[in-house]
Amino acid sequence: MPEIREHPNRLGIRGWLGGGRWGPDRYLYSLHRLTGLGLLTYFVLHILLTSSRALGQGAWEQSMARVSGPIFLVGEYLVFVAFAFHAINGVRLALAELGFGVGKPIEPIYPYKTVVDVQRPWIATVLVLTGILILVGALDFFVWH
Amino acid sequence: MIRDHKLWTWHIAAGLLILCLLGLHMAIMHLDALLGIFNPAGGHPIDWQNVAARSQSLFFLVSYVLLLGAALFHGFYGLRNILFELDPAAPMKKSISWVLILIGLGLFIVGGWAAWTSFQGAIVA
Repeated sequence: MPEIREHPNRLGIRGWLGGGRWGPDRYLYSLHRLTGLGLLTYFVLHILLTSSRALGQGAWEQSMARVSGPIFLVGEYLVFVAFAFHAINGVRLALAELGFGVGKPIEPIYPYKTVVDVQRPWIATVLVLTGILILVGALDFFVWH
Repeated sequence: MIRDHKLWTWHIAAGLLILCLLGLHMAIMHLDALLGIFNPAGGHPIDWQNVAARSQSLFFLVSYVLLLGAALFHGFYGLRNILFELDPAAPMKKSISWVLILIGLGLFIVGGWAAWTSFQGAIVA
């Protein structure tokens, strides 16, 4: 008898690439994961690098000199962008998890209204707020300094 | 099943804590030209004088350690969920969990040591 698994994920990572009938919700899901993985990678390196402050001023300045220059500045800005999106979209997800912004249960009368429709304005809000933060961040990183 | 449900709740709670603490960290480090907070020596937030001043503060010691723990848990639990969705066999799931726990604990020790040592160094000085 074949083994029965409870939650088969037949598409695997390929499922992150296509929105299918979920549209923007699915792309935000993929983007949330990608930014999360990027932030985790950065965070691990960040812990190791910034721990040098415990060894004094010389060690700290040596570590910072290793990660200075335009390439690292752009990399750091991308981390800021990832954080801005992940944080704001994370608030949307947490609120949805707690039952906010998902609508009330209604009778399924055609044309059916689903939670996806209720979430669309929230998604637009996430994108607008992220865009504003990305813009302010860009000014701070590249213009005001 | 109940255990995973609790971990998921902690994942969300950790996310909200990170939002506050990392939001503050990002504001200090990357919106300094606009806000200019917690950088008493002026200049760049990563200048040694500013780093040392923050390290001397009990508030930053506590918030760094809290942020470190919350972010490591949130990040590695999220990574575990992504890996589990790829449907590995049960023994592989167990190995993944243990590897991630050990890496997370190792990083927490390194980061916690750095926060505590810089704080103590400041007290001795």
